[in-house]
Amino acid sequence: MLHFIARRILATIPVLAIVAVLVFLLLRLTPGDPAAILAGDAASPAQIAQIRANLGLEQPIPVQFAIWLRHLAAGDLGESFYYKVQVTELIAQRLEPTLSLAALTIVFAVLVSVPLGSIAAWRFGGWFDRGLMGFSVLGFSVPVFVLAYMLIWLVSLKLGWLPVQGYQRLAGGVWPWLRHLILPSLTLSVIFIALIARVTRAAVLEALGEDYIRTARAKGLPESRVLVRHAIANAAVPIVTVIGIGIALLVGGVVVTESVYAIPGLGRLTVDAVLARDFPTIQGVILFFSLVYVGVNLLIDLSYVFLDPRIRY
Amino acid sequence: MNRKFLAAVLLAAAGGAAFSATAQDKVLRVVPHSNLSILDPIWTTAYMSRNHGYMIYDTLFGTDAHSKVQPQMVHSWTESPDHRLWTFKLRKGLAFHDGAPVTGEDVVASLARWGKRDAMGVALMTFVERMDAPAPDTFRIFLREPCGFVLEALGKPSSNVPFIMPKRVAETDAFKQIDDYTGSGPYIFKRDEFKPGDKAVYVKNPKYVARKEPPSGTAGGKRVYVDRVEWNLALRDVQAQANALVKGEVDVIEALAFDQYTSMSKEKGIKVVKPNVGQQYMCRFNHLLPPFDKAAVRRAALAAFDQRAFLKAQVGVPELFNACNSMFTCGTPYANDAGSEIMKMNMRQAQDLLKKSGYDGTPVVLMKPTDLDAIGKLPDVAAQLMRQAGFKVDLQAMDWQTLVSRRAKKDPIAAGGWNMFCTAWTAPDIWSPVNNAALDARGTKSGWFGWPDDAKLQDLRGKFMRETDSGRKKKLAEAIQAEAFADATHAPLGEYQAPVAMRANISGLNTSGLAHIYWGVKKN
Repeated sequence: MLHFIARRILATIPVLAIVAVLVFLLLRLTPGDPAAILAGDAASPAQIAQIRANLGLEQPIPVQFAIWLRHLAAGDLGESFYYKVQVTELIAQRLEPTLSLAALTIVFAVLVSVPLGSIAAWRFGGWFDRGLMGFSVLGFSVPVFVLAYMLIWLVSLKLGWLPVQGYQRLAGGVWPWLRHLILPSLTLSVIFIALIARVTRAAVLEALGEDYIRTARAKGLPESRVLVRHAIANAAVPIVTVIGIGIALLVGGVVVTESVYAIPGLGRLTVDAVLARDFPTIQGVILFFSLVYVGVNLLIDLSYVFLDPRIRY
Repeated sequence: MNRKFLAAVLLAAAGGAAFSATAQDKVLRVVPHSNLSILDPIWTTAYMSRNHGYMIYDTLFGTDAHSKVQPQMVHSWTESPDHRLWTFKLRKGLAFHDGAPVTGEDVVASLARWGKRDAMGVALMTFVERMDAPAPDTFRIFLREPCGFVLEALGKPSSNVPFIMPKRVAETDAFKQIDDYTGSGPYIFKRDEFKPGDKAVYVKNPKYVARKEPPSGTAGGKRVYVDRVEWNLALRDVQAQANALVKGEVDVIEALAFDQYTSMSKEKGIKVVKPNVGQQYMCRFNHLLPPFDKAAVRRAALAAFDQRAFLKAQVGVPELFNACNSMFTCGTPYANDAGSEIMKMNMRQAQDLLKKSGYDGTPVVLMKPTDLDAIGKLPDVAAQLMRQAGFKVDLQAMDWQTLVSRRAKKDPIAAGGWNMFCTAWTAPDIWSPVNNAALDARGTKSGWFGWPDDAKLQDLRGKFMRETDSGRKKKLAEAIQAEAFADATHAPLGEYQAPVAMRANISGLNTSGLAHIYWGVKKN
């Protein structure tokens, strides 16, 4: 097991190296000059050239890459062109809103979708199953921003229960933090409920057809125990895999939700950085996302050992 | 144990109110028109940095709502009979946020740094022989020759504004950003609460001594009636902004989207106001490359442009736009219609002009920003009108940041060059022949993209800069505009007023249109 973990951690190094090279080169080859953006609309070409020189963008790309790599090796992601703040500080500032949103969304989605998917499999072909499948199609089809606006209109503007926008840090109190996250989490969780419920249904359905389920029933176990202890437990591997992928996606890919609800998270930071050609920030954030993806995948792989005793590394 | 845990949770839950502002504080919550990223208003011309500057710095002069320059930090001043020595005395009670008094030396250092970055500042410095501070409350400007825009420059209301910083800060290299935000303005910047892309916070400067005059434009008394101003930098979705205003979660939206104007005007508890002066749309030609290297071809494009077509498409709300054939914002001192006959032509006349121009069918590469709603429809209208006139148009879509990078290129089209783009300017940025960047006609040495080369225009601008008589300056402004239309330096496309929306309990908001500023605002 330890050997496996060590091997996987070592394997992240070439992955991150490839990501680093690709991101660095792609950014330099993409049209757009950070200096022109920083200087403002009325800046003269001479002023832009001066800023470009100050940022070190006049140097050959291999030299720029070597400098960046040297800083990276020392754990320094560099300073944002745009905000003049260390990229690590920027990521740290945006991490809490993103992690909060991701955690709440995934917890809510799992709490709802796993029971729903299991019941649908248990009652395969019945009205509950068909209703859930219909909901899943709807959940996949409705764009996130449409759902967000509908929820805001109903819950915030008409009923006045929750705020329209914004994020309150956890340090400011649990309830202010939570009430700002309920609507965004609900919005985001719909698609994950649809996804996880479908996967759960399919996995549980497959498990329910196995011989050991027939044996369990033949032993006279109550149906609820058959379902929970034998069917769901054996269907856990694909469910956990989807949940893991969901977590990784939520950390980096919730730009629309963050925009509609004005949550200053990593998704918004990434988009702002790309639009501003803020090279150090883009590089830092993409590397961070890569690390999250690799880390989450490692955790998923490790969880298989506990979920399925047949799996050994 | 469980009780302790519950108590801790309840305490934490209740702790929200103590997190930032106290409950008694009057907090003005503003949704700015853009994101604040650069905190040095001299280093960049970005309007958000300018507005940040107005919060924390003071200015020597201001420009009132009637576009007149008025003293601000300056108490009195004299001009020598030969117009070459200007002596300024600062008013009493001026102090930086750290308690140090504002002195003439701070002013001299601040003007020197600004004079290296701002176009008008650079122009002023070509006249300046030296500056000094003979006494703590006095500074002097010695000129090589008379200059007709000293006060206009010192009272310049838009980017880059000559903000006064402490000498130690102003001595920072003009091409490096400052990292000390000590000012002497009506608000103090809370550096510890600044979260890029999230929020910027300013608190009232309790020691600020305001002038006695009522506030007007960027001039007059800068009295502060709220304890804090919070800029919500994360709220950028226009529908979410409107929702937040209706719900009372924010107090002011600086730039209400045009398509929200009608519905928000009818909303209970919301006020929507228009600024006094408009902003101007314009299309800029690249004078270096065919087909716009010929004035006759550029004039044919000008003749094809119908301002109302642009304004209807881009703004859509009739009460928010007006056609204006002046290259200097309508309603401001130098506005005139000299030479603008070309803008009143019809499409048939434009077609005739293009045929006579010798246009050889070279496609016009017109850059269109896809991510900037504020100007995104202008290129579509320009392309359609030019095609009707007989131009071949290659409308190229790109994000704004790509556009601003590409427009700096002087290369041929095949190497990434361009022929035309459209943009917008706030009134103070174009209302004078000195700072209207589109009129800088020094060819490839021009300070702005497009690089027109017109010796006559430059000569007239030089005369304007030296002229000290206001009547003769107006005449020169007319001559400058007539020559600019003859050369077709650029195409003015009409003006619009960007509406500001606020809660009904907000009063005293500055609607001069010069900048978004927050002194004089009351929240009841």
